Amino acid sequence: MKYTVLVFVKQVPDTQNITGDAMTPEGTVNRSALPAIFNPEDLNALEAALLLKDRNPEVRVVVATMGPPAAAEVLRASLCRGADEAILLTDRAFAGADTLATSYALSCCARKIGRVDLILCGRQAIDGDTAQVGPQIAEKLAIPQLCYVEEIREFGNGKVTVRRAIEGGYEVLESPTPALLTVVDANDPRPMGALRIMKYKRAKTPSEVRRNAGDDAENRIAALRDAGLLIQEWSAADSGADPSRIGLAGSPTKVKQVSSVVLTAGESKSVEPTPAGIAELMHELISDHTLG
Amino acid sequence: MNFYTDNKDLQFTLDHIDLAEIIKLRENNFAFAEEFASAPTDCEDAIDNYRRILNVLGEICADKIEPRSRTVDREGPHFENNTVTYHPLTVANLNDLNRAQLSGVMLPHRFGGLNFPATIYTMMTEMVSRADASLQNLFGLQDIGETICEFGSEEQKQEFLPGFASGEYDGAMDLTEPDYGSDLQSVRLRAWQDENGQWYLNGMKRFITNGCAKVHLVLARSEEGSADGRGLSMFICRACPQLVVRRIEDKLGIHGVATCELQYNDVPAQLCGKRRFGLIKYVMSLMNGARVAISAQAVGIAEAAYRDARKYAAERVQFKKSIDEFPAVYDMLASMKTRLTAARALLYETTRAVDLRTEYTHLAENDPAARDQAKYYSNLAAVLTPMCKALATETANKVAYDGLQIHGGAGYMRDFNAERFYRDARITNIYEGTTQLQIIAAIGGVMQRHNDTRINELLALPLEGRLAELRDMVRDLHKQQQETVAFMAELKDPAYHDLMARSLVEMETMVLVSLLLLRDAALDDSRAAIAERYVLDSLPEFAARRQRILSGDRSLIERKQDILDY
Repeated sequence: MKYTVLVFVKQVPDTQNITGDAMTPEGTVNRSALPAIFNPEDLNALEAALLLKDRNPEVRVVVATMGPPAAAEVLRASLCRGADEAILLTDRAFAGADTLATSYALSCCARKIGRVDLILCGRQAIDGDTAQVGPQIAEKLAIPQLCYVEEIREFGNGKVTVRRAIEGGYEVLESPTPALLTVVDANDPRPMGALRIMKYKRAKTPSEVRRNAGDDAENRIAALRDAGLLIQEWSAADSGADPSRIGLAGSPTKVKQVSSVVLTAGESKSVEPTPAGIAELMHELISDHTLG
Repeated sequence: MNFYTDNKDLQFTLDHIDLAEIIKLRENNFAFAEEFASAPTDCEDAIDNYRRILNVLGEICADKIEPRSRTVDREGPHFENNTVTYHPLTVANLNDLNRAQLSGVMLPHRFGGLNFPATIYTMMTEMVSRADASLQNLFGLQDIGETICEFGSEEQKQEFLPGFASGEYDGAMDLTEPDYGSDLQSVRLRAWQDENGQWYLNGMKRFITNGCAKVHLVLARSEEGSADGRGLSMFICRACPQLVVRRIEDKLGIHGVATCELQYNDVPAQLCGKRRFGLIKYVMSLMNGARVAISAQAVGIAEAAYRDARKYAAERVQFKKSIDEFPAVYDMLASMKTRLTAARALLYETTRAVDLRTEYTHLAENDPAARDQAKYYSNLAAVLTPMCKALATETANKVAYDGLQIHGGAGYMRDFNAERFYRDARITNIYEGTTQLQIIAAIGGVMQRHNDTRINELLALPLEGRLAELRDMVRDLHKQQQETVAFMAELKDPAYHDLMARSLVEMETMVLVSLLLLRDAALDDSRAAIAERYVLDSLPEFAARRQRILSGDRSLIERKQDILDY
């Protein structure tokens, strides 16, 4: 394959369907109370990668995520949409990571893969909404970052040209590759393909195989690998990460307190749509120095 | 939103229909799994595939196709300079279906298809129709690939099927001509051969759904001088300059799809299957598949119309109450829901027979031991398919009619979907054979009691309490039905037989569907009220028809002129 495009995705709690116990008393998200879904803008990032592959069969799309073992589900969903390979970064040592520790772990993953021509991330995840992880990965890898990308216009031969959203319009940027792009909700993510579902629903991580297969596990893992159905699983050590920079240990962010803020609207005043009403409003605005 | 997961009845159907025998035969006892990465390894695996993929389609239908349906209906395709351009939203719909790899649902693994049985394809058809009835007319043309797969040569399969499976090709079936619709045996479009054996087609076709397709199956007269169905053969041709779309129709409904008039100016074509078998074998097979698909289209429209009316009746307040609290309105709603559930029960009873016929017919080609089953299921599918189409399409019309009625004056306005469902439903009991033709197709199997084995199986199911009481009522109806059939047979009066055929077929439908709904109620108690409603509503309907038949009253036959020409 001539080009490798790496897409970082995340399994998130479905914060669009919030129920009563969505937050723990400690102020973290109660993941068990919400259904886990594919972070919406990560689907846009995956779609952008798959569009490159549609245009150029020499593009290999690798999808990676950091998360608990159950996060393999978003990797299977990626394979069912058209990704070529999937990697799960999973280790108890990764748990409790803030954006700094997360971006460090993911940058280690990118380095471990080796030659990567483009890294795509969703702009932000709906659980934290920070939009920090993508740019931080770019900083750690010392590659250019292009954020709020709507469309990749050209890619190849050491360059990428994108259209990105800016306030009140858009701009077209060109950058050398490798580069990192964060993608906004501007394309139409493809559904999972029926034929691909029938094949890739069988894709598993080695731990998933070992959980059910007993003694036969290693043979089964080898068979899945041969069939292109093995989801790679990397621990913190596999990814070559410094233990002091990942998980809770590597996270300077500390939640002090979470409180529920109820926003209330200020008092409103209605003005009659008549010359007299408008004159009165003008007089009031001038006299309290809002105008003039 | 998801049109699969929000549909309890459809999920119930997949959860309880017994597909094990069908899947095993279709997957060649799971030997395909060794050859194809996407083939299932056992029944459970196959059903898991079906469920997952219905889920994907359910989401596409709800989130993509349905929201586009109003605009598609308003604006439709564009026709200029003999070229049909589909509405951009219709193109987007087709693109979504293609991206989900749903273009070759029933085609074999080796051509890139999913190798799903008709039952599952029918479920898809139903959901697509609920979202946009007109899109089903394009989605449903997968039957063209299916027909080539069934009757074409190996070279033809290699040439066309991968394109159908990938969605690159779309199809049309060109049967109807300006003068011949129901009477297909009189088709005149001429097929002739040059000295090299190359076939050409010459003539006109009319009312051709998606006549702008890339690949056409054409019914044409290959035997010069012949006048009946045995002079007709089936041909495959591609879109080309010699095949001209002359105009597209301005229709009452299904606006999203182009219905074309075609002119063939010596269009190069290839013979599909054997000469002279065009109508009697291939087109009959194609039409039977299409009749199941139209039944599913009707059920989908009825589903949409019912939900729309149910929601409106719950929200609309008159006299300080929501209107669904008025007996006159909830009576209509309950009847709509009962009829809809009944139509779906018969639909999947039919698809199961169709699937078993297909699989046993294939098996019987190499295994004589399977011949009895092939014959049994062929007879069963042959009677159920027209019965089902008659019931489902008339039901869709009734449900859409009542759905509009429940909306009152608002339903007559184009601001609401009710009028679209009403218009879209109206074609279903006309095309692929009118209800009147379905009766003619079904009456033979009814007279010969092809459903009795199945009815007796269902009568023998262990039911308890109220369901057993209802079953006993139906057992009585079945006995009366057999007596009425015997009465008709003894009469030997062809005109009277034809006049009463519809009543007789409808009586048979009531018996069979009652038993299917009782069977389902025994599996899930929350369905008992619907089963009871259907049986109780059927009693007087059945009695009226029986009374009419047994009266032997021929006065309409004798005095029709006095009435028609007054």
